[in-house]
Amino acid sequence: MNTALWQKLDQAARNITPFLLTLVLVFISVLPTRIPIYAEVAPVLALVAVYHWAIYRPNLMPIWAVFLLGLFQDLLSGMPLGIYCLVFLTVYGLALTQRRFFAGKSFYIYWMGFVVIAFVAAVESWLVGSIWHFTLLNFETVLFQYLVSLGIFPIVAWIFLRWQQTFLHQEYDAAG
Amino acid sequence: MEQRPSAILRIAAPLRSLVQRFMYLGLIIGAFGLMLIGKIDAVVIDKVRAEVTNVVAPILQGLSQPIATINQGVENVKDLTIVREENVRLKEENARLLQWQMVARKLEAENAALKALIATVGDKKPRFISARVIAGTLGAFSNTMVVNAGSAHGLKKGQAVLSDAGLVGRVMDVSNQSARVLLLTDINSRIPVVISSTRTRAIMAGNNTTRPKLIHLPPNARVNPSERIVTSGQGGAFPPGLPVGVVAAVSDGGVEVQLHARYHQIEFVRVADFGLTGFVDTSILNPGAGTSKPQRR
Repeated sequence: MNTALWQKLDQAARNITPFLLTLVLVFISVLPTRIPIYAEVAPVLALVAVYHWAIYRPNLMPIWAVFLLGLFQDLLSGMPLGIYCLVFLTVYGLALTQRRFFAGKSFYIYWMGFVVIAFVAAVESWLVGSIWHFTLLNFETVLFQYLVSLGIFPIVAWIFLRWQQTFLHQEYDAAG
Repeated sequence: MEQRPSAILRIAAPLRSLVQRFMYLGLIIGAFGLMLIGKIDAVVIDKVRAEVTNVVAPILQGLSQPIATINQGVENVKDLTIVREENVRLKEENARLLQWQMVARKLEAENAALKALIATVGDKKPRFISARVIAGTLGAFSNTMVVNAGSAHGLKKGQAVLSDAGLVGRVMDVSNQSARVLLLTDINSRIPVVISSTRTRAIMAGNNTTRPKLIHLPPNARVNPSERIVTSGQGGAFPPGLPVGVVAAVSDGGVEVQLHARYHQIEFVRVADFGLTGFVDTSILNPGAGTSKPQRR
């Protein structure tokens, strides 16, 4: 009984890590980095996380959690509320529908998937932001931010892949 | 016996996906709803944002500390490598500045004598509150910073925020232990400024790029590159004469301003309390905060 309880607690603690790790990424992305040009095009790291968990462990990253993470991103970064909620949900939805396609594919395919989906996210955020402010925002910055996020993707994704192999191994690993 | 769980699953699985689909749609509508609320009632959103930031501030401060340390280490190494050239440069600069100091002393004395002669009303001396920048986002969507001082330290909405180089922005919303600063580059930022050599007044409007633009220039105003821009003090938001930047480019598209403040380098800011009310009288919005006037009988 006691061991069963501990096992359950242990499992619960492990299962909440995808959400917590993503939340940490939200925090990190709003920290002042003090790197000259990078500061203006610092990527939204949580985008990588949402994409990753949608493909590998959607059961540990429910939709409401994605919404909550977007809300945190909006609140902390000073964005109009709701924009990143929408963008995160879009990325999550798109990744979820293509989940079967990514199952068992190589890392590069998985990376290319992000290249496409993150572009949709970049255009969407720019479009919605422009409509909200009623003026065309600078797309160049958005584009560079997108490119930087592509470069950062392997680092974050690699950490998450390691994490799930080490701590979430009880779950089925293959998508689908 | 073995049929039963699968039968349940057969019904439950599509139902689950249906619920999920509805939830997905609902949350997307929720996101649009939030945007709409932000458009309609920005004050409520600002309040929520300030409170959430206040709760998260200790975490951000903890996380930003190692970055600051790493940065200091890098800076130290960088400084060591250029210490000789830097020394030569500083000596030259020092000689030049000493000359300027003499000029400034003379002008200061002259200014004081003239002011005494015509009995001007002096500007209020500000009270400065120094704070560390614990979070900040620059870029196409928002340009704000979070500092680790709040209403408990005397910060109020609308106060001017300065760095060693010049004006940084103004306090946008305040909670107990943290405050958010709207940077001059943000699309919501509008600052009354004056071109210091010609005394041409204008409004400096942020546009989410590194270079804000001057708008509402008087017709036929002549603006030349590298002219200095300072706050005009109009509207009572900021005191006059705070250094803002220089004119970077003049074209048909408008007048672009290169700011003195280097946002990515700023570690500490000074929030200046000039005792001014700011753009809007916030006491109307939250009656408890303002000084209550005596009731008329």
